[in-house]
Amino acid sequence: MSGSIETGKGGKMNRRALVRELLRDRGGLLAIGGLGAPAWDITAAGDVPENLPLWGGMGGAAMMGLGLALAQPSRRVLVITGDGEMLMGIGALATIAVQRPANLSVVVLDNEHYGETGMQETHTRHGVDLAGMARAAGIADSRLITDAKDAPALRDAILTGQGPLFAQVKVDESPEPLVLPPREAALLQARMREAILGPAAHLQ
Amino acid sequence: MAQQRDELEMAPDAAEAWPDRIYDLLKEHGIRQVALVPDAGHSRLIRRCEADNELRVVTLTTEEEGVAQLFGAWLGGQKGVLLMQSSGVGNCINMLSVAVAHRTPLPMIVTMRGEFGEFNPFQVPMGQATPAVLEAMGTLVRRADRPEDVAPTVEATLRLAFNTYRPTATLIGQRVLGAKTFGK
Repeated sequence: MSGSIETGKGGKMNRRALVRELLRDRGGLLAIGGLGAPAWDITAAGDVPENLPLWGGMGGAAMMGLGLALAQPSRRVLVITGDGEMLMGIGALATIAVQRPANLSVVVLDNEHYGETGMQETHTRHGVDLAGMARAAGIADSRLITDAKDAPALRDAILTGQGPLFAQVKVDESPEPLVLPPREAALLQARMREAILGPAAHLQ
Repeated sequence: MAQQRDELEMAPDAAEAWPDRIYDLLKEHGIRQVALVPDAGHSRLIRRCEADNELRVVTLTTEEEGVAQLFGAWLGGQKGVLLMQSSGVGNCINMLSVAVAHRTPLPMIVTMRGEFGEFNPFQVPMGQATPAVLEAMGTLVRRADRPEDVAPTVEATLRLAFNTYRPTATLIGQRVLGAKTFGK
């Protein structure tokens, strides 16, 4: 439903609408939301046990997705994070490319700013090409997405395509209202484990 | 030549059995993901892990990636271990908050530099700070300074991590590994 993704003044996609589209009818998709706005975005789409919103660990979201994808090869894993968070752990793109997890997608919501700290510009504001870096690392399916009409194909690839997939999606920089997930991280970990493993998760 | 190189890189003596005992313990405890930045002291263990199709060996660009990866592994029900040298502990500091806050089992096996007959000045600051840094970030730290202590200490580290849900570490003393001398 690309028509449902609103755009801001500059024509860039609204981040909440995009995330809602990517997580719509998600089946068993597991989602990790990187520190800051992406964690609030996945929560706004529905705070479910299959979501792991991050309150910290900046730079770690993509690698968390790799560990989860390797542990659960029959499930789809989607990391949704920001440009600043991805830049802090950019080496993960090389590590993921070498491991070639077929069930892992990393989507960077690129607003070209550090949104939680006062909207300072990130390197993507100055031309740093994250999709190009991912492709050069060896992630063959690396996309730069600037138009909402490409969102449904991205969603299809996340749910059914051959990974690993990387997408840098240019999103509008306007802030969205805070939608906070639980802050107790032990709960966040336990509820996702139980959603995947059942009650046996707590007896492992 | 290879032996000379091994001595320079302070890999343990080929006759030493403790790397194989660590490998056995990883298998006994159901470890499935081995995250690492290589260290010469771990080279024999790394070779054993790479030869095992049931272990997923993930070479990292920096050690903090391993902390994040093993959190993801645990979310998905797999146990992992992080192998690194003491200098790599410094690269993990902030990411360790992930394991502390989520209460994630995170066993680390650290080969020590900078503490016993060290040749390289750059290894000393982080080598000396390694136990303090780990403990400051909530890690239970145990040391093995004799070859026969390595396996029991690693076993304790694995049990503490997976039974009590926290980061734990075994530090394998440089005395066990030998010192890199560059011939000096």
